[in-house]
Amino acid sequence: MPAQPTRTFAHASLLRLATAGSVDDGKSTLVGRLLYDSKSVLTDQLDAVERVSRDRGLEQTDLALLTDGLRAEREQGITIDVAYRYFATARRSFILADCPGHVQYTRNTVTGASTADVVVLLIDARKGTLEQTRRHLAVASLLRVPHVVVAVNKIDLVGFDEAVYARLAAEVVAVATGLGLADVRTIPVSALAGDNVVDRSARTPWYDGPSLLELLEEIPAALDPAAEAFRLPVQIVLRPQGETFRDYRGYAGQIAAGVVAVGDPVVVLPSGRTSTVVGIDTADGELVEAFAPQSVTLRLADDVDIARGDLIAAAADAPTPTQDLDATVCWLSDRALLPGTRVLLKHTTRTVTAVVRDVVGRLDLDSAEIVPADQLGLNDIGQVRLRLAAPVAAQEYVASRRMGAFLLVDAHDGATLAAGMVGEPLAEARCSGRRPAQYVI
Amino acid sequence: MSVTVTTDLRPDPGEAAPPARRLTQLQALESEAIHIFREVSAEFERPVLLFSGGKDSVVMLHLAVKAFWPAPVPFPVLHVDTGHNFPEVLAFRDATVARLGLRLEVARVQDYLDAGSLRERADGTRNQLQTLPLLDAITGHRFDAVFGGGRRDEEKARAKERIYSLRDEFGQWDPRNQRPELWNLYNGRHGVGEHVRVFPLSNWTELDIWRYIAAEAIELPGLYYAHERQVFGRDGMWVGVGPYSQPRRGEPVETRRVRYRTVGDMSCTGAVDSSAAGVDDVVLEVAASRLTERGATRADDRVSEAAMEDRKKEGYF
Repeated sequence: MPAQPTRTFAHASLLRLATAGSVDDGKSTLVGRLLYDSKSVLTDQLDAVERVSRDRGLEQTDLALLTDGLRAEREQGITIDVAYRYFATARRSFILADCPGHVQYTRNTVTGASTADVVVLLIDARKGTLEQTRRHLAVASLLRVPHVVVAVNKIDLVGFDEAVYARLAAEVVAVATGLGLADVRTIPVSALAGDNVVDRSARTPWYDGPSLLELLEEIPAALDPAAEAFRLPVQIVLRPQGETFRDYRGYAGQIAAGVVAVGDPVVVLPSGRTSTVVGIDTADGELVEAFAPQSVTLRLADDVDIARGDLIAAAADAPTPTQDLDATVCWLSDRALLPGTRVLLKHTTRTVTAVVRDVVGRLDLDSAEIVPADQLGLNDIGQVRLRLAAPVAAQEYVASRRMGAFLLVDAHDGATLAAGMVGEPLAEARCSGRRPAQYVI
Repeated sequence: MSVTVTTDLRPDPGEAAPPARRLTQLQALESEAIHIFREVSAEFERPVLLFSGGKDSVVMLHLAVKAFWPAPVPFPVLHVDTGHNFPEVLAFRDATVARLGLRLEVARVQDYLDAGSLRERADGTRNQLQTLPLLDAITGHRFDAVFGGGRRDEEKARAKERIYSLRDEFGQWDPRNQRPELWNLYNGRHGVGEHVRVFPLSNWTELDIWRYIAAEAIELPGLYYAHERQVFGRDGMWVGVGPYSQPRRGEPVETRRVRYRTVGDMSCTGAVDSSAAGVDDVVLEVAASRLTERGATRADDRVSEAAMEDRKKEGYF
């Protein structure tokens, strides 16, 4: 009988993680093991997996079946698309984006990494750092994922050899550091047997660090909101009719960065008009102070003309609206990106028309250098210059993940064409080294 | 082993207060859902929220109310009625809609059966007959965004679902052709005849839903709590005796204390043994349960390993 399931408490924080690694490194097995050993798999799910494993004549239960949900994946034994998994311990709840490892699915790794606090990267202890490992580390660095954990998997297949592990760990940390990643940790694991996934293994006495799950429980989940200046992209303007709220006008949105308090001076962009916060409303009552990522409604002292897509920002420290963006994009479409292409650009709550003035170059993920290019293809990461039909109040992505991110969208069929980051996140990360992040402890 | 679960969203004075300026997991999920509601209402012409009176749709509506307060919820609600719903759930549905002053649209499977455009299935269950009335309602009202209460923890095919799920004019979902969903930037662009299904509860688990119901003191139909009911055993679950679910030979009827973990079609929704009379008891029970809610109570999801995937492709949720 399984033990009591783990429980979550009111104070449990939320950690978002994404998995990455090459095909056959055992990602699905590792995820299955995390779910299974943390008692997050329920009996009926397990019964189904055991039944299918038996039907296929497998000797032991294939935990990868817990996560490979689509028929085509089960038939081919691969993972096609990002799957989201949920598990919890008493200390923390986890949202796990399980990303496919095939090279043609780089876009999925980008998707998973875009919201991740942690990337868990698997390498095979028999193979070490591969081209695909470098690519995934580059993507994690590019998307400014705060923490990377490298799980050196299949450690049982190299006889739990400390020397092998030490060599691989040094190698992968060197590559990651070279790509500008500040916080990289390594763990020897066997996803198949369960060593160091949830419980520490007796078979790696030379490793005295935490298990993977223990590490995931300890990693700081959230940056301190106060480390960034206040930003609220306006989603909608609330103007209820009726007696009680006749003159009410509230600007509703999710705080993208920073902290705001009643009495704070703010500026509205792109218009540049200034005002003061007189109220922070929620359905549960008024707040004195609010912080990212709370969803709130602001009231201002002055009757300023504000609409969806405007940004309410700290008056003392506001971005400068611009119609020219130099950016790094991950191209997600089969159609090539060429100079002159007209697209829609969605930045925070603002969507504007844009034209690609120039393709500057393509990122060679193996050398992590920009090589000259005049167009970008599917899964390419490259640098472009964009001209916008209207200004956006964007910031460099290295300064703010929320304020530096954008989508490029096909105006005709609505397809998402690119994940965009203002500036050159990878180059800047490597040149300057990461500024030490400030976390809420 | 004793189980203690805190359901209060506010810091417990007996424990160390959480660090300043950090959201708890439930607060983070709530903020994310509110953001999604506001985004859809700003970018779509005619959203609608699927509301059955079941717990997930009740939580979804509660979040919608919060998202637009003090303004009213700016869209109607839609219920696809199989004709096999529990009367107390329908009464709860109507009372909730009236209290919030919302417009309720109902699409009835029975109308389609009467007109001959749908045929009753051999097993008598009607969940799979909901697709056509749903799509007709979407087309007829020209809804372009449809909020559903689907959660990614429910089933393996749903784990692959996006928060914004684009559907063609046949309501079909193509798992190999989904838009990547990056950061918190949602792409709702769609063509004429297409619509987007939106799942604000994507990242919630069953336990999260119950803890939130407890923390927010959200009212639910009484079926969700322990009550005496005449039931018979079938497929390893308790089925309530009713107009659409009669025992066959060899299925003795007994009176048991049960509750429902889901309240769908009476003909294929089972109850579980329970003494959980209040929401805190249910939270404890769910936290200790070793079965998923679907595994415990939904006969129609057991059809095949790929049952849900197939139904999603057809335009079902």
